This record gives sequence, C-alpha cells and structure tokens, in this order.
Amino acid sequence: MSAPIALGVLAIALAWPVPLLLARSAWPRRSPAAALVLWQAIAVAGGLSMIGALLTFGLAPFGTDLLSAVVNLFTGGVQRIESANAIALCGAVLLAGHLLLNLVTTIVRAERQRRRHAQLVTLLSSPLDGGTRLIDSPAPVAYCLPGALSTVTVVSAGLIALLEDDEMHAVIEHEKAHATQRHDIVLVLFRAWYASLPWFPIAFRAQREVGMLIEMLADDRARRVVDDTVLARAIALVGSGRGETSVEWGEAATVREASSRIVRLEAVPLPRIAESGIVAIAVLLLAIPTVLLLTPVVAALAQ
Amino acid sequence: MLTLGELERSVMELIWASDHSLSAYDIIEAMPERKLASTTILTVLSRLENKGFVVRERTSRPHLYRAEGSREEHMADLMHEVLGGASDRAAVLERFVGQVSPDEAAILRRLLSS
Repeated sequence: MSAPIALGVLAIALAWPVPLLLARSAWPRRSPAAALVLWQAIAVAGGLSMIGALLTFGLAPFGTDLLSAVVNLFTGGVQRIESANAIALCGAVLLAGHLLLNLVTTIVRAERQRRRHAQLVTLLSSPLDGGTRLIDSPAPVAYCLPGALSTVTVVSAGLIALLEDDEMHAVIEHEKAHATQRHDIVLVLFRAWYASLPWFPIAFRAQREVGMLIEMLADDRARRVVDDTVLARAIALVGSGRGETSVEWGEAATVREASSRIVRLEAVPLPRIAESGIVAIAVLLLAIPTVLLLTPVVAALAQ
Repeated sequence: MLTLGELERSVMELIWASDHSLSAYDIIEAMPERKLASTTILTVLSRLENKGFVVRERTSRPHLYRAEGSREEHMADLMHEVLGGASDRAAVLERFVGQVSPDEAAILRRLLSS
C-alpha cells in the first residue's frame, strides 16, 4: 500500500503547495530558464503521480506490481474487487483520458487559430527582409507566428513609428528568441493543463507565470545585442511583445507583466550552482513517480 | 518568382479595392505586367474562396468574385487578436509608469531616463 500513498502525497503536493510556493517566489525572475524547467517537471510529475496513485490503488488487489496486476485484471485472476479499488481504477482511466484529450484539443485548436492568423497576415502584410512582415496598423505591436515549416515575425507600422532603431532591434531579437526556442510548445502544454483542470486554484497562475518566464527568457536573448536601458524602453513602449491569440490578458496584467520584466533587468542572475541545483530538483521530481511506478515491475521481472 | 501567398495578396488587394465583383479575366487584365495564366488565377481565387476571403457568384458566366468582408474588417480582426495601444511615445511611457507601484516607478524612471 505504500506506493499509492506516496504517489498520492506527491500528487497533492504538486497540485497545490509546491506550485503556489514557486509562483510566489522571487528567484524565478533571476533564472527564467531553470524556473521553466522546474514548472514543466511539476506539471508532468503532478499528472503522473495523480494518475499513478489512482492506478496503483485500484490495481492493488490484482498484484503487487503494475504489470502483473494488469495481466491479472484482464485474465481474471481475481474474482472479487472492493468498490473503492474499482472507483480508483475508473478514476485513473478517466483522468488520463481527460488530460490526453484536452492536450490534443488544445493543440488542434491552437494550430487552427495559428493557421487562420497566418492567412490573415499573408493577405494584410508586406514582406520586409529577414522573415519579418509589416502590417499597416497604427497600434504598436510585434509578435512571432511560429510554424512547423516557417516562422514569421510580424511588426506593425505603428511600432516602427514609435521605436528608435536600437529599440526595434531589441524587439526583433526578442521575437526571434520565441521562434527559435519554440516557446509556443511550452505555452500550449500549460494552456492544456489549465483547460483540463480549470478548477485547480493554481492552474491559471501557472500558465501566467510560465508566460512571463518565457518573455523574460526572450528578453535575455535581446540583452545580448542591446543595452538593458534600450530593452527597458522597448518593453515599456510595446507593453507586451506577445501575440498569443487565445490568452486573454487584461490591460492591468499587461502593464504589471511589462513592469516586472523591466524591474528584473536589475536583478542579479542566480549563480550557476544554484541553477544546476534547480534542474536537479526538476529531474528528481520526474524520477520519484517513475521509480515508484516501475520499481515493483522491474523487481517482479527480475525474479 | 512570386510566391503563392504574395499572389493571393495582390489578387485580394484588387478585389478589396474594386467596388464591383470581378471575374478572373478582370484580374488578369489589371496585372498585365505579371503575364498570369487564367488557370493560375482561378487556382488562387478558389484557394481564397476556401479560406473564406472571397465569395463566388455562380449566377453569371464567367463566375464573378467579391470580397467577404472589407480589408478594414479583416485588419480589425487581426488586431483584435494581438494587443494594441496608443502610438504617442511620451503618452505611452507616461501611462505605463502611471500604472505601476511607486517603488517600481522609481526603478523604471531611472532605467528609462538614462
């Protein structure tokens, strides 16, 4: 019975207190890359331990390890099953199905939206050099449209009128970082997490926090080519360099996000050793549920 | 060599600019320098129809095409999906600094003024 309990405790910890603590911490702004790795580990390990806890509890009467329990379940090795185990088993199957289905629909919807948006951009913009396109709009916007085959960076006439050349350079570098590092994939994963568990108190914050860390990561790329003060002005003027079509951000959230991005330019980055420690914690988080689920199987196979 | 996307854009610009429905031949005549084959234009028009940017009127021969929604309406759709704002530099910065806490504003002013 120890594996279901351990997995259950881990699932509860990763569903609420741990992400809440991370969302409230200040250090992620000092190392957005390490924080993003940790967020992803929390999401995946959380889902794995939630399903794993239900599965191991539900299958407990059928065998000591997952593999033999599943074999017994289908070959009818056990005649009677407690209703609690049956409910847990159904819960595991439903939860896994729900998470997968939501991931697929979120990806499909995002892709459909991206394609429609790309069609509009093709018809309404003219090409500039370097994979950038210009839309003839007075609103100052810049964003990237990542695609499987080609990525387009879109800037508006209003943005060009608003920014000095070096600020424009910062914005373009920022958007290119989104495209080359495929930040859209991470965003879709967290949007799917939020879509599957909207009643989770932390899911919305996780998505918002991850969105912000991604912006900071792209800012760090832009800082390689321009001064912090130039980048700060560009961030303040653009408000938000995000072209995400399905994340609804209020004006206040946009300003708060932009000011956080500027303020943290003065923060000292975390030392290398601390970053390595955070990545090690992320690996550990993923390893714990995996080991809890698979060790009995390996032990049974070894016998 | 023009890409299909750029050709679609040129055709769409013509249709948007016209106050009446156009046939494929009207479009070819409007772009004599391109020396376009009618099959090419018909392909482009049917792609635009599939994407919902033009409507085909089948009552006449040859078929006529008109825009589904004006250029401005599509631009408004596009801009609705991305964030917008004012384009007055000083006003944007002022409004921005006005919306954050005094502590943050001090750091921002120092960073922004240098």
